[in-house]
Amino acid sequence: MIAYLGRRFSALIIILFGSSFILYNLAAVSGDPTEALRGSTDPKARQQLYALIRQLHLNVPPPTRYFLWLKGLLGVFTGHATFGVTRENIPVTSLLSQAIPTTIRLILMATIIAIVLGIAFGIVSALRQYSRFDYAMTFVAFLMYSLPIFWIAVLLKQYLAISFNNFLANPVIAPSWIIVASVVSGIFWAALISGTRRKVQITFLVAALASAIVLIVLSLTKWFAHPGLGPILVCAMGIGIAYFVTFLSTGFGNKPAFKSALAMPIIGLVLYYPVNYFFKHFAGLLTILVMALVTVLIAILVARFFAKVDRGPVIRTSIITGLLVGLIIIIDRLMQAFVPYFNTDAVNGRPIPTISQSNSLLPPGNFWFGLLDTLFHLFLPTIALTLISFAGYVRYSRGTLLEVLNQDYIRTARAKGLTERTVVMRHAFRNTLIPLTTIIVVDFAAIIGGAIITERVFAWQGMGTLFNKAITDLDLNLLMGVFFVTSTLAVLANLAADLLYSALDPRIRVVGK
Amino acid sequence: MSIFKRKRSVEVVSGDIANREVEGLSQGQIVRRRFIRHRGAMISLIVLVAVILFVFSALDFQLFFIKYHGWWKYSFTDQPEIRTQGCPGGLGGCPTLSLNPFGAFGLGDHPFGQDDIGRDYFALVMRGAQRSILVMFIIGIVGGIVGTVIGAISGFYRGWTDSILMRFTDFIITIPSVIIGSVIGYHFGNLGVTFLALYLGLFAWTGLSRLVRGEFLSLREREFVDAAKVAGATNRRIIFKHILPNAVGVIIVSVTLIMSGAILLETALSYLGFGVVAPDVSLGLLISQYQDSFSSRPWLFWYPGIFIILIALTVNFIGDGLRDAFDPRQRRRISRKERSAERKVANA
Repeated sequence: MIAYLGRRFSALIIILFGSSFILYNLAAVSGDPTEALRGSTDPKARQQLYALIRQLHLNVPPPTRYFLWLKGLLGVFTGHATFGVTRENIPVTSLLSQAIPTTIRLILMATIIAIVLGIAFGIVSALRQYSRFDYAMTFVAFLMYSLPIFWIAVLLKQYLAISFNNFLANPVIAPSWIIVASVVSGIFWAALISGTRRKVQITFLVAALASAIVLIVLSLTKWFAHPGLGPILVCAMGIGIAYFVTFLSTGFGNKPAFKSALAMPIIGLVLYYPVNYFFKHFAGLLTILVMALVTVLIAILVARFFAKVDRGPVIRTSIITGLLVGLIIIIDRLMQAFVPYFNTDAVNGRPIPTISQSNSLLPPGNFWFGLLDTLFHLFLPTIALTLISFAGYVRYSRGTLLEVLNQDYIRTARAKGLTERTVVMRHAFRNTLIPLTTIIVVDFAAIIGGAIITERVFAWQGMGTLFNKAITDLDLNLLMGVFFVTSTLAVLANLAADLLYSALDPRIRVVGK
Repeated sequence: MSIFKRKRSVEVVSGDIANREVEGLSQGQIVRRRFIRHRGAMISLIVLVAVILFVFSALDFQLFFIKYHGWWKYSFTDQPEIRTQGCPGGLGGCPTLSLNPFGAFGLGDHPFGQDDIGRDYFALVMRGAQRSILVMFIIGIVGGIVGTVIGAISGFYRGWTDSILMRFTDFIITIPSVIIGSVIGYHFGNLGVTFLALYLGLFAWTGLSRLVRGEFLSLREREFVDAAKVAGATNRRIIFKHILPNAVGVIIVSVTLIMSGAILLETALSYLGFGVVAPDVSLGLLISQYQDSFSSRPWLFWYPGIFIILIALTVNFIGDGLRDAFDPRQRRRISRKERSAERKVANA
């Protein structure tokens, strides 16, 4: 293993060296930073020209100049590693350390949502191969695959931000919208459920009616102007979650699991006011982490109470349910903060911003305001990025699951009489995740490269901004700094993917020759 | 909850039907049949060809000595007067395209409207689509050729050649395509769109070359290659006549993938300002120029985007159809009608 890692790391360093060498020379020969000065007739221009040549070492030919840059980087062995300074004499490292967290924040949420939704839809699509749902999903995936992100971003800004902000001034949903939304929801759920025609029709009617009722209630109570859930709704949603998680995780046959999952929303209801009291006085990220930890502990205790044997699946079910219920309580708390946030001068009734990463006018110090602000600023970029990367995961998880379902061990599992749920979730789905993990890891690095465009569209100050600046200023040090971070992430992701693959799939062993 | 329910016992009969249908057909015929049967891919192919013909015949162009006169009355550099008549809200240059069969059906004077200085937007979009399609094909062809050659050489000769070429591929694969595209595009964009596409194509082959290499590595161990060697065929002959035809599926499929990626890359680069530059026109450039006028003159934003999506979507679907057609494990989906007919025959 150590030999294998050593071999991989040396290969990694060679690759980074080679690609940075190629990019450095490519960038160096493709632009001349002295061009503007050479054409100038200003008497001082000559002096500035010499100063610039000295500053950027332009008298050294690019292949050799690359090693000057590398020398700074190799300082890592003596403790003085540096990416050099930009043309304005700002250290590249300090710029990068500000930009990297912004970019990560931008893509992290979108990636997670895209993975979860993509896998879910891909799997349903595979289980319903050649159904209308499958065809529709294929079409939607290809459509999203073909969307230019800068184009969809403008649409989102117009319809989700500007129009929605206008809508919030008088949050009454027009009847035509209610009808359209209900029909769409009915079609969606009906497509998801397979079965006899009668069953599909019933599903359609129930789903459409339920959506219509919910929308009408939301509209009549002007819910969007002062959103909130309250303890009863939190508990009701928690029970729904408990059903769903039990269904996916163990099936309803496992009574202890079902019971302990159902216990979680009840506990949530009991603890609703104490938790909110706690949130009021100790708001902060640490509090949320502690709460999550406590939730896990409670979930384990509850599971141990209900299950005497075979506790693993029960504990898993109740932990997942508990964390999701906790998430709903936090969402509820955020909704409580919405009205005061909405009325601050900084927001002024238009909560969804179209650009930038945070609202600098917002009074600092309020944790919930800060969290809401971050989430609202993430809203549009996350949707845009999710739409784009979601498609790949749908296609990939569909293809992989179909392949896995054709394997012999699936037939064996069915032959020994396991329920279809167990076959799909335990035997097929887990094996689908193996190739998916590698794709996800590699993709994450690619998304960082793609974030350049997203940042530009939504005016975020991250790596993409630095990169744009580097190219237009012909700033080699800055360019190489940005490149070095993205490409290091890319090769490390590749390595991580290979290691994960061998850890997950016992048929694959890493060999240290 | 019936998400997990499945239909049983359809595979056996379907397999029989599918097997009988391909009996006695050559590989090429099977592939062609499968592709034609892929409805999405066939529709996409027709739409794409129609779009290409429509877009390229609209405007004047000059190919070496042949001058072609397009059927559209404006060129993308003309600046006719801004038409305000009939526009809502007194805005100038609104589109005249009307699909209302009972009203003023037809293209009108400026079907896609006019931009802020009066240029005909239909001509601009046509020009932009021409550029994008051109870039797409050039990148596809250049990337395809370079990738095939590098993959073939490294897979066939293995050893040192392979290591060096694959390390080189790794070098290029590590650099994100937007970064390399921007570096090239920013400095070579002014050389014209053909050069830009050529340069971009020189860096678009990495994925393809890995696939081709894998294909060559497995094919070169097959018996027919040994037979060719024994018969005294040269390496070149083995590569081109024996192995390459067997790897053509992989190549075609990944070239379509390169192409669908290329059109999005080109538009993204032009949007960032690192691709096609003014006075030339590209779909990405049009969107980037007019994205702020979306609320006042939305047509300036809609039409280029629709063309990008149309081209990328059709190419993606064609690629999907090709992948299905070349995949030997792929079986045609047998409809319920055919299956029941089959069962009747079996029962009788």
